[in-house]
Amino acid sequence: MKEVDARGLSCPEPVMLTEEAMKSEAGAIRVLVTEPHQKMNVEKCVWDHGRNCTSTETEDGFAVVIEPKK
Amino acid sequence: MNEEIRLTQFAKHGGCAAKIGPDTLSRVLGRLPKFSDPDLIVGFETSDDAAVYKITDDVAVIQTLDFFTPVADDPYTFGQVAAANALSDVYAMGGEPKIALNIVCFPGDLDPDILGEILRGGAEKVREAGAVLVGGHSIQDDEPKYGLSVAGLVHPDRVYKNFGCEKGDVLILTKQLGSGIVNTAVKAQLASEESEREVIRVMTTLNKKAKETAADFTVHACTDVTGFGLLGHCSEMADAGGAVIELGVEGIAFMHGAKEYAEMGLIPGGAYRNQKHVSRLLDTGDVSEVYVDLLSDPQTSGGLLFAVPENEAEDLLRAFERADLGTKVSVVGRVLESGTDKPGIRLCDKVEIK
Repeated sequence: MKEVDARGLSCPEPVMLTEEAMKSEAGAIRVLVTEPHQKMNVEKCVWDHGRNCTSTETEDGFAVVIEPKK
Repeated sequence: MNEEIRLTQFAKHGGCAAKIGPDTLSRVLGRLPKFSDPDLIVGFETSDDAAVYKITDDVAVIQTLDFFTPVADDPYTFGQVAAANALSDVYAMGGEPKIALNIVCFPGDLDPDILGEILRGGAEKVREAGAVLVGGHSIQDDEPKYGLSVAGLVHPDRVYKNFGCEKGDVLILTKQLGSGIVNTAVKAQLASEESEREVIRVMTTLNKKAKETAADFTVHACTDVTGFGLLGHCSEMADAGGAVIELGVEGIAFMHGAKEYAEMGLIPGGAYRNQKHVSRLLDTGDVSEVYVDLLSDPQTSGGLLFAVPENEAEDLLRAFERADLGTKVSVVGRVLESGTDKPGIRLCDKVEIK
């Protein structure tokens, strides 16, 4: 699975990296972020592209797993 | 001057989004000793915009301080925004700015001409406000910061407070919302030119004309909408006056692109902090989530929020139109109840005004 490591970055970088990744990757993508609001922003970005995702808490933040494009 | 430098890249949080969250602030400020003085008209108990101290029966002095990290890449623009934002606290108390002092933090290794431009932008706004700029204080810091300490004057009987709104009042906001979100989109290089121009125009506009226009009307409460977003500042108004406020999202003016950028997840962290802070008061009804994000968006150099009696609202709106503020004025909501022990904010699509 393609991975975007946006841990430690500040807004809007996690969203910018997610945007970029979704443009080039139709398959599943895992995005790692540090803060809860970054997780929410990444989720919004994913939904805005008409894709779905599932988020889980990790040791040092959150992982948002974006489902493959339909 | 080095044209490659983008000032906003020095700032982790830009503008009023850099504000320490309201939850943290109230916890820390609650531990400070209480000061009292019979001539202190407004202190910090009600989270108002500035301190107001009565000198004589006809004159009170307003004292305020505001500064922040870059919200614009262009130093001159940043100076203008920071100064307009600091001067606004005086307008929000109903006063006229008289004396301003610069407060500056600037990296030792950055071109001093950049600092010169920041200060020039600030000075220009002070001049436009009709006040005098008389020096200030500067220190070296890795992250540039700029703002003003402003002293203004007001008649003690005509001080605008953030509490005192009454049942039936109409809430009018003098600038469109969205600066935190649009600035985040600018930082992500995803904002349209139109949005970028609009956010700069709105942030650099003084609240002078808005305050002067409202002087001919009954104002029950007033505050400027800044870092806590419309919801945060409404919650202060509601809390302080035991009011129940209804906000109609479809009537509220937003900056071009703000809704679209919020849906893309270009939302500053401060918006989520603001949402958390107002959650105990907030009933979002059936309103779509994006509006909650827009209404909690931290504003930099936002407009004045006036609570005025319903029978004067239409005339005030017309007076704002004649005054040509250069920003979008809108009716954001109304006060359903006041003086209750259950303050609250309800969101709906539209508020009806007679």
